[in-house]
Amino acid sequence: MEQLASLAPYVLILPLCMFLILGLFGKKMCPKVSGILGTTVFGIVSVLCYYIAFKYFFSGDYQIGDTFQKVTLFNMEWLRMNQNLVISIGFLLDPLSAIMLIVISTVSLMVHIYSMGYMHGEGGFQRFYAILSLFSFAMLGLVVATNIFQMYIFWELVGVSSFLLISFYYFKHSAVRAAKKAFIVTRFADMFFLIGILILSYYTKTFDFGPLTQVTDGHVEIVNSTMSGVTLLGFPIISIAVFLIFLGGAGKSAMFPLHIWLPDAMEGPTPASALIHAATMVVAGVYLVARLFPIYSFEAPHVLEIIAYIGAFTSIFAAVIACAQTDIKRVLAFSTISQIAYMMVALGVSGYGGVDGLGYTASMWHLFTHAMFKALLFMAAGAIIHAVHSNEMDAMGNLRKKLPITHITFLIACLAIAGIPPFSGFFSKDEILVAAFETNKWVFAVEYFVAGLTAFYMFRLYYRIFWFGEPENGYEHEPHEAPLNMTFPLMFLAAVTVITGISWAFGKFSFTEFISSDYSSYEIHTHWNIALPSIGAGLVGILIATFLYLEKTGRPNKAVSYIKKPYIWAYNKFYIDEIYLYVTNNIIFQRICQPIAWFDRHIIDGFMNLLSWVTNKTSEETKEVQSGYVQQYAWVFIMGVITIVLLSINL
Amino acid sequence: MNHEISLVVVMILVLLADLTIGDKNKKASQLLSIGLFLAHTILCFQWSNSFSPTEAFSGMYLTSEIHMFVKNMLNIGTVLVFLYAYYWNTHENKSHAGEFYFLTLSTLLGMYLMISSGNFLLFYIGLETASIPMATLVALNKKREESAEAAAKYILTAAFSSGVMIFGISMLYATCGTLYFDGISANFSDFNLSIMGLVFFIAGIGFKISLVPFHLWTADTYQGAPTSVTAYLSVISKGAAAFAFMCILMKAFSNYPEAWKEIMWWIIVVTITVGNLFAIRQKNLKRFLAFSSISQAGYIMLGVIAGSDQGMASLVFYTLIYMFTNLAAFGIISSIEDQTGKVSMDDYDGLYDTNPKLAVVMMLAMFSLGGIPPFAGFFSKFFIFMAAAEQGEYLLVFLALLNTIISLYYYLLVVKAMFIKKSDSPLPTIKIDNMSKVGLIICTICILALGFISPLYSFIAERSFGF
Repeated sequence: MEQLASLAPYVLILPLCMFLILGLFGKKMCPKVSGILGTTVFGIVSVLCYYIAFKYFFSGDYQIGDTFQKVTLFNMEWLRMNQNLVISIGFLLDPLSAIMLIVISTVSLMVHIYSMGYMHGEGGFQRFYAILSLFSFAMLGLVVATNIFQMYIFWELVGVSSFLLISFYYFKHSAVRAAKKAFIVTRFADMFFLIGILILSYYTKTFDFGPLTQVTDGHVEIVNSTMSGVTLLGFPIISIAVFLIFLGGAGKSAMFPLHIWLPDAMEGPTPASALIHAATMVVAGVYLVARLFPIYSFEAPHVLEIIAYIGAFTSIFAAVIACAQTDIKRVLAFSTISQIAYMMVALGVSGYGGVDGLGYTASMWHLFTHAMFKALLFMAAGAIIHAVHSNEMDAMGNLRKKLPITHITFLIACLAIAGIPPFSGFFSKDEILVAAFETNKWVFAVEYFVAGLTAFYMFRLYYRIFWFGEPENGYEHEPHEAPLNMTFPLMFLAAVTVITGISWAFGKFSFTEFISSDYSSYEIHTHWNIALPSIGAGLVGILIATFLYLEKTGRPNKAVSYIKKPYIWAYNKFYIDEIYLYVTNNIIFQRICQPIAWFDRHIIDGFMNLLSWVTNKTSEETKEVQSGYVQQYAWVFIMGVITIVLLSINL
Repeated sequence: MNHEISLVVVMILVLLADLTIGDKNKKASQLLSIGLFLAHTILCFQWSNSFSPTEAFSGMYLTSEIHMFVKNMLNIGTVLVFLYAYYWNTHENKSHAGEFYFLTLSTLLGMYLMISSGNFLLFYIGLETASIPMATLVALNKKREESAEAAAKYILTAAFSSGVMIFGISMLYATCGTLYFDGISANFSDFNLSIMGLVFFIAGIGFKISLVPFHLWTADTYQGAPTSVTAYLSVISKGAAAFAFMCILMKAFSNYPEAWKEIMWWIIVVTITVGNLFAIRQKNLKRFLAFSSISQAGYIMLGVIAGSDQGMASLVFYTLIYMFTNLAAFGIISSIEDQTGKVSMDDYDGLYDTNPKLAVVMMLAMFSLGGIPPFAGFFSKFFIFMAAAEQGEYLLVFLALLNTIISLYYYLLVVKAMFIKKSDSPLPTIKIDNMSKVGLIICTICILALGFISPLYSFIAERSFGF
């Protein structure tokens, strides 16, 4: 305990120092040095994270029976609002944060290594590493937060570093626009998050996760005792609060209709996309719901149901769009949205405790596996883009011989996401389907269909890149395999995907031992009655993709001609962006903002100008008092004393 | 008593050093003086670590952990002032450098006694010990008429206010029969003479802290005094007096808060507002900071009116942050004045182009004084507002907040001059001497970091409990 407590601060301090050092002095370093320095230091951080997680799960010191205990490794009071309400910065260790530590440190380390090759020779290389460090700091701080306000602070820091990374190529107009869009949309959602936090803390008088997630007799006592029975506009206040908090998570996790920023965010450098927009930051919303899960589960079950429906809709919506995209990073972006929605669904259908909490476990398990293979997919896409200098599918094809390592690792990741055993994705997805099946058949049906769809669009992507036939105009130049510092992360993550899957298959390892809704381990078995049909759906998807895209034929065009309308709709992302633009430009800006702007300019500003004029005038008029004559000073002094005496004595 | 004894020893040594080697080697004697005081500062920190509350002179002198903390804080501030003053003392003020150190340390001794007093008599002695050498310090710049004028105004007003105060103390003695704070606390009632005594006392200390309407000397004295002395006056002297004031109110008058809370309420509102209104129009930066310091004093008094442990903690914290912030500003001003002789705000136009580092430090100081997050000044304002709001002083906090908006205006005027305005003849690039550089770096780090080092506030808060 003491040992971990002494190590824990460095998990946050080291990346922060790296950010400061690289940010302030990066320009004076040679790019290579800054890259190696950043990677080495983050390597140390990763080792620390692994060590902490390992000790936590396996030393047995943190378990009572088979229940994991929440441990606060350190907690530093930062701002004391009053006797009860304190903002602290601390380090909370429980199964949830331990898993997240592993995910973040692994993916981030791989991205650090990968970027040395990918970003080689780019202007602003040091800046890139500085922001990567900032992001890692913020993300680690977010997941180990001991209280919801700390989480909010780091949440915003994560948002800022995401903004900085998307606009990394700040000379590109589209990148700047994308960064602005991402920041505004997520910030808009964060506003609701903050309101939710304030409502919650107003009643419970605490920010601390400890009491906020303490379950006694089927209730979160502190929430139930202070907030039950209070309503606002006919809704229970607790539901409103946690729904607002969920909206913040929905913004970061790109749930419909706040998903519009994520596809555009692909304008950033690919390693950043792999880290932030595939594996870590975008799952912050899922993490948030999981962190407050007892409140959702016991105090606001209806909100949880809404989350399940939003998740289900988002997952199918994004999967359909992914089928029609031609930019490979955008396919992956929509796939990410769809998969995160999967995790949300799993939380939405989950209960609390034991096997009822299967959805919770499955969600976290899928978060883990998805982070690994999605980061892998993005980095592989980066290697491909690196080779052909384009994001468009039309510039690719037949690359399997030219990029052998990328090809194999990409295939492994595709099989994993398509849910084919024994790769890791199969097991996590299967548990989600089981959880959905037992709770809500409609959601199950949707997710089942999405599983097939996922297999289809992923293999469409795979075949278009690695088979299909060379592009019509030839490659821009001869594609070649990426250097080792880029392929190593690919192989490493592929190995993780395979090994976790296989060890699960042979029963060596079960996620349910490590994480569950009440932190007590339980046992589950593979439900073949659901697993087999889901494998079937995956295979059907793959077969259709094989039929259409294995070789260059007229089949894809023919298939599209049958579903012309839907295809165009999906290609244009169902015109959601256009709807947003219309609403903001024509309705909000013109109808609402302009009158308000007039009011602001003429009435409010006028009033303020009057105030400043009065202040200035008073200042001018009274300056005579300061005459410079010391006898007058004494006069004012004694008159002041007399006035106060007269005012305060009782005559 | 360790602090005081050690300081007296240092003072004697400083005097001896000036007498013996001062004539031959000015620099050596000065460095020796600074070194001795630095040693004293470090030793004081050592003593504070192992310490139990003590009293001396049969309860006239008391000391507790928070007193220690404040004395250490004043020591640090004085070290910073010495660092800034070094250039001035080795050039313009070469002939009187020895006096500067000795006199400054005597005022510091006076402040120690003020802080630790348990009896009005000792308090008064401390106050005078802190005031009279101060007038000499203000007059130290013998070649400038303004300096003499400032000193004359200072000593006259000080004498006047001392008279009022000792008159008030005599009234308290008449009604309570004792000068010990605990005795007064036991015997104080809403007898008119007692209240008059209290008001006279507030007026006397109000002069030290420069509260309105006892503030009129401030601007003239700040402007005329040598800049290092102004810095010392605006930060160390004011901080010590504010802390002593709160101690006395809590010890001697806490049983009868109605008597002073309302007075303080009005004084605070008027002080902050008047300070701000006058600061807007100032063109001379020293004068400008004088009025700024008046309004800052009003904010410090928010902790007094809270009258709670939290109020005490936030007052000490505020003073600490204010010390670093204001000393950063004065550090810049004194370096520029020492080398170019310019102190007008117009001279600072386009400072960023020629002296980017100085301009950035000055900007940080202005932001921190204005209370813009994430600089330290924001946190100190936050805590002191919180302390006042906890005691239900919502209207007062609201008025203080309104005033921070006005104050932002004039603080940003300085920033605007440095960064946005262009000048045909900007100040030349200035090379700062190493001593000031060290001081400025310390202040800058503190402005940036102190708000985030939360254990510091907890440390103060623990010691403020029932002090």
